[in-house]
Amino acid sequence: MADTMMGRGVTGTGSRSGRRLRRRDLAEGKVSWPLTILLVLGSLTVLVPLYFTIVTALKTPAQLGGAGFGVPESWTWSNFADAWRLTNFPQAAGNSLLLTVGALVLTLLTNSLVSYAIARQMANHKVFKGLYFYFVSALFVPFPIIMLPVVKLTAQLGMDNQIGLVLLYTVYGLAFNIFVFVAYIKSIPIELEEAARIDGASTWAVFWRIVFPLLAPMNATVAILTVIWVWNDFMLPLVILSQRDDLTLPLTQYVFQSQFNTNYTVAFASYLMQMAPLLLVYVVAQRWVISGVTRGAIK
Amino acid sequence: MATASAPTPAHVVPPSDPPDARWPLRPPSRVPRAFWWMVLPAVAIFFVFHTLPVLQGIFFSFTDYAGYGTWQFVGFRNYLNLFGNDRIVHSYLFTFQFAIVATVLTNALALTIAMGLNARIRLQTTLRGLYFVPNVLAVLVVGYVFNYLFSNSLPVLGQALGVEWLSTSILANEDLAWLGIVVLAVWQACAFNIILYLAGLQTIPGELYEAASLDGASTWRRFRSITFPLISAFFTINMVLSLKNFLQVFDHVIALTNGGPGTATESISLVIYRGGFQGGEYAYQTANAVVYLIVIIVLSLAQLRFLQSREADS
Repeated sequence: MADTMMGRGVTGTGSRSGRRLRRRDLAEGKVSWPLTILLVLGSLTVLVPLYFTIVTALKTPAQLGGAGFGVPESWTWSNFADAWRLTNFPQAAGNSLLLTVGALVLTLLTNSLVSYAIARQMANHKVFKGLYFYFVSALFVPFPIIMLPVVKLTAQLGMDNQIGLVLLYTVYGLAFNIFVFVAYIKSIPIELEEAARIDGASTWAVFWRIVFPLLAPMNATVAILTVIWVWNDFMLPLVILSQRDDLTLPLTQYVFQSQFNTNYTVAFASYLMQMAPLLLVYVVAQRWVISGVTRGAIK
Repeated sequence: MATASAPTPAHVVPPSDPPDARWPLRPPSRVPRAFWWMVLPAVAIFFVFHTLPVLQGIFFSFTDYAGYGTWQFVGFRNYLNLFGNDRIVHSYLFTFQFAIVATVLTNALALTIAMGLNARIRLQTTLRGLYFVPNVLAVLVVGYVFNYLFSNSLPVLGQALGVEWLSTSILANEDLAWLGIVVLAVWQACAFNIILYLAGLQTIPGELYEAASLDGASTWRRFRSITFPLISAFFTINMVLSLKNFLQVFDHVIALTNGGPGTATESISLVIYRGGFQGGEYAYQTANAVVYLIVIIVLSLAQLRFLQSREADS
C-alpha cells in the first residue's frame, strides 16, 4: 500500500511538471520557425544514412552505382533471405537476444542490491564508502588493460561463452550503475524502510518489497542503457567468444565482411537486420527511452 | 585503483544480536549483517574479473611473456622499447589527434543542437527522438554503412561537384582517412550528448531568460552569462567522458579503415588488440596498456581540475 503510493508519487510528479512546463513555454512565446527548419535540416544527417541503408538493402547489385541515393525501381526482398541464410541470422539473433536479456536481468537484480547496501551504509562505515569509490573508479580504467588477462582468465575457467559474457557485462556495468543508483537511493526517504523494520521485516525483505519497487524509474534508465550497450557491443564478444556458434549479430557482420566482399546489397540487408530490432523498440518506446536517459543524467 | 579488502562479516557483526537491535534507528552505528552479504559476492566477482586482470596486466608488463610458455622478468625493458617504436608512437599521436578533435566537435555540436531543441520550436518531441537515433545503433554496423558512403557515394558527389579531395575515397587517403573516423564518431556520440545537454538546459528556470531579455541582453550575452555557467557541470562531465571514450576508439576504426591505409589510423586499442592477440606481444602490449591507463587517468583528472576551476570562476 505505502510503497505503491510512493511509487506513483516519484514517477508522477516528474512527468506532470514536465508537461506543465511545455504548455507554459508554448503559451508564452512565439514558435521559432527558422530554428525549426534548421533543426529539421540537421536531422537529415541522421535520416539520410538510415534511408541509404534501407534503399541499398532493397536493390540488386546492378542497381547500385552512382551516388546510390535513388529509390530502386523494383524492390529486391531476396537480399534479406540471402543474408538470413548466409549469416545464419536466427542463431546470431538468438545469441544476441539471450545475451541482452541475460545481462539485463542479472544487472537489474544485482547492481541495484549492491548500490542499496552502499548507499545506505556509506555514511556509517568507511568500508562501504571505500567500496563506492572502488567501484566508481573503474569508470576510468580503459578496457584494453583488462582485455589481455581477462581473455586468458575466462578461457581457463571455461567461460569463453555466453554465460561468461553475461557475467562480464554485469560486472563491467557496476561502475556506472552504482554511480546512478546510489545517487537515486539517497534521495529516497529512509523513514519508509525504518517503519518496515519496526514491523519486523528483514533487511532483505525491506530491499525487495519496498526499495526495489521504488527504484523503478532508475531501473528503467539502467535497463535502457544496458540493452543498448549489450545488443550493439562488438569488442567484448570479439575477444571473449571462441565458438563460431556463439557469434552475436555485430560480430557476425565483422566475420562475414570478407564474404560479403562486393555483394553490398546482401551486406546491407544483413546490417539492417541487426539495426532493426532495437530501432523498432526505440520507435515504439521513444518518449520513455529519452526520459529514462535524461533521468540518468540529472541524478 | 583502490583495492578495498572485503571484510568477513562474522568479525564485524556479532552473530548473537537480537533482531530488534540489529538495525537501530538514528544514529545508526552498526552495519547489519545482511548489508555485508549484499556487497560481498559483488566485490569478490568484481575483484576477480576487473581488478585482478588489471594487476596481472601490470605484473606481466615487467616480463617477456608471449601469452604462452615460460617467462622471466625484464624490468622496464618493455616500457623503454615502447618509446622507440614508431608504430606505437604513431598510434598515440593518431589517437590523441582524433580524440581531441572529436571531443571538441561533439560537444560544440551537441550543445548547439540541444539549445535549438530546448527553444520554442515545432515538432519538438519528434526532433528530440530523431537526434537520439544514432545512439541505439551499433557503431560497427553503422561504420560499415559509412564505409560504403565514404568509398563509393562521396567520390561520385565529389566528382560531380569538381571537389578534388572528395573525388576519391577519403578512407584510402593516408592524410584524410582519420577525418572519416571523426565524422562517424561525432555522428554517433552527438546523440547521447544532446540528451545530456538537454537535461542540463531543462534545469535552468525560464524566469532568468525573461529577466535577461527585459534588460535587453543579446542572444550571445544570454548564452555567456546564463546558459553556459548554469550547465557548466554538464559541460565538464560531457567533455571528460567524451575524451575518455574517444581515446578508446576501436569499433570505428575496424569498420572504416581497419587501421589503414598502412598503419595511418591504428588507434592504441587496435595496436594492443593486434599485438597482444595476434602478434605474440602479450607482455609488450600490457606495458603499452599500462601507459595507456596512466595517460587516461592523468588526462581525465587534469581535465576535471581545469574545467572545475573554470566552473568556479564563472
